[in-house]
Amino acid sequence: MSDISYPNGAHAQKSLLVQDARTRKRNAAEERFRRMGLVAVTIGILALVGLLSSIIANGASSFRQTFVNLEVYLDPAKLDKAGDRDPAKMAKVTTFGYSPLLGRALAQTIEAQGISTEGVSKKEIEALLSKEAPATLRDMVLANPALVGQTISLQVLAQGRIDGYFKGRVTMESAELDRNISPAQLELADALRAAGIIDLRFNWGFFTAPDASDTRPEAAGLGVAILGSAYMMLIVLCLSLPIGVAASIYLEEFAPQNKWTDLIEVNISNLAAVPSIVFGILGLAIFINFVGLPQSAPIVGGLVLTLMTLPTIIIATRAALKAVPPSIRDAALGVGASKMQSVFHHVLPLAMPGILTGTIIGLAQALGETAPLLLIGMVAFVREYPGSPPEGLMDPASALPVQVYNWTTRGDPAFVERASGAIIVLLCFLVIMNIAAIMLRRRFERRW
Amino acid sequence: MYDAPTNNAEINVDQNEIKISARNVQVYYGDSHAIKDVNVDIAPRTVTAFIGPSGCGKSTFLRCLNRMNDTIDVCRVEGRIELDGEDIYDKRVDPVQLRARVGMVFQKPNPFPKSIYDNVAYGPRIHGMARSKADLDEIVETALRRGAIWNEVKDRLHAPGTGLSGGQQQRLCIARAIATQPEVLLMDEPCSALDPIATAQVEELIDDLRTNYSVVIVTHSMQQAARVSQKTAFFHLGNLVEFDDTSRIFTQPQDPRTESYITGRIG
Repeated sequence: MSDISYPNGAHAQKSLLVQDARTRKRNAAEERFRRMGLVAVTIGILALVGLLSSIIANGASSFRQTFVNLEVYLDPAKLDKAGDRDPAKMAKVTTFGYSPLLGRALAQTIEAQGISTEGVSKKEIEALLSKEAPATLRDMVLANPALVGQTISLQVLAQGRIDGYFKGRVTMESAELDRNISPAQLELADALRAAGIIDLRFNWGFFTAPDASDTRPEAAGLGVAILGSAYMMLIVLCLSLPIGVAASIYLEEFAPQNKWTDLIEVNISNLAAVPSIVFGILGLAIFINFVGLPQSAPIVGGLVLTLMTLPTIIIATRAALKAVPPSIRDAALGVGASKMQSVFHHVLPLAMPGILTGTIIGLAQALGETAPLLLIGMVAFVREYPGSPPEGLMDPASALPVQVYNWTTRGDPAFVERASGAIIVLLCFLVIMNIAAIMLRRRFERRW
Repeated sequence: MYDAPTNNAEINVDQNEIKISARNVQVYYGDSHAIKDVNVDIAPRTVTAFIGPSGCGKSTFLRCLNRMNDTIDVCRVEGRIELDGEDIYDKRVDPVQLRARVGMVFQKPNPFPKSIYDNVAYGPRIHGMARSKADLDEIVETALRRGAIWNEVKDRLHAPGTGLSGGQQQRLCIARAIATQPEVLLMDEPCSALDPIATAQVEELIDDLRTNYSVVIVTHSMQQAARVSQKTAFFHLGNLVEFDDTSRIFTQPQDPRTESYITGRIG
């Protein structure tokens, strides 16, 4: 029995201190594999770093904005000819009535500071201000007619090119070719900044303001998009979590194992792989054309995204339920719990971390989804904030990823900055959601 | 080595009463016939041991006694099993009520990932056995005392049950099973995951429990069957080969297969 001899005497000779050829070959293979893995990881990290740094480099400046500080005299002769401060009549004065006031106020401020305006016409001085500025002032006055006749100090947005100049996007050379700005205006802006009339401040408007038209990128904000996305997430959470969890519990714990449940299972997996734009077409056909819900509304977006998120949640929940050891179910049944009690008292609490993680991942996916929203009209230009829920769910709104898409299609380079800024905001929301998922999992994780 | 058990308690066993009677029980898993024609009578206040080699169907049969096999889709039970003269497989029987009367302890200690108190209180709570917090406290204490674990856990009732040692966990599971005051306690290899010291504690406990319950225990260990039981059933390949007083099974087996098994030739 002990005299089996190997032909090459594999174990015969050899010191342990010397590697044989076979071992060397195996070690070399392992080393090669390790190196390739390292290269793969490095490529991944480099891609991520490149992506993030380009987005941050482009978008970080959108969180700061150039403002002009002005003292404006609200001339009653221009703004309220009737003299009775009736907002209804005052509303007849359009923004064209307000812009000369601002222009004059800026000219006076410049004069008071003793800054030379050589080579810059009156119209060009007025053009330093954003086209949004008269509208802001008009809204202020209409909201508070008592301001008419007073001199108020306020900060208004500077024109997008001026903003771009201070952020390095616009240069003297490019201004030479630009119809919207001249080098003389930029020099004046430099002087104004030195005098403290123009300054850069944190841009709250980016988070609160609605979208703006092509000619006033400086005024564009994410307010409507954030609100629209929040409404949709609310709908997705309220619908997909209960439906998804209920469906998974039924399939996992109660449904008989037969070809029908197999079919359902396969279809849920297939549904998870359906391209999202198909869900958009479905939403358009069913929710808008058949049910007659309004276009661009968060309710439609929410319903479409719910359909998209459901498979993700169902798959995650079923995996979490499967991971609960059967001994826990036996234990509950053994002391006389009903099937439902064993599921709701014992299995579900243990599966909770997995379910919550799956739900948040599903929500994060839905938050970043663009394609189906384009089809249901959420790409529309929306200036009005949607109302508060539940009626507000029917009002037109935008969504964060759609806003990014929308801004990247605009001509003005200032919108590229805005789009990158919006991506940063979107990524922040996604990171927050993922951190929440990790924290919830840690918090609820229990060992058995 | 396999001498007659030295406990003399079996003299007190009332041989005329029957707690559970099984007649012509057949169990099928899909196409395979797992239990063939088993007839067993389980007496009250007796420890009945099911022994036999692995895969002989003893656990399967045990799980028929409180309808735990209902949870397995492909499992089908035929024949008649009566608890106090009532067919437990009757359509009108709710397995939930049955399991409250026929408790079960599993092979692997499986406390709920909750506090020790909640583990024991769970059964009484869902069956509405306690009218007040004080009632429940008393039920929990009684069960833990019965489970011979009270002294070890009385100071940390709200610590997680999963933090106990394996033997303590198993006694906790026994306490949990008896908290619902069952009439029959089924134990599926309760000591297979325990060390010898914990095993001795659990065996002692089983012997104590006999004063109130009828206990049915599945075991791999013939020594254990000999130590704790008064009646022993030997299963082989799905058949009940022999069912008799433990002392007789181990001293004068009637069937050659039983003899082979207890002397270590098969199994």
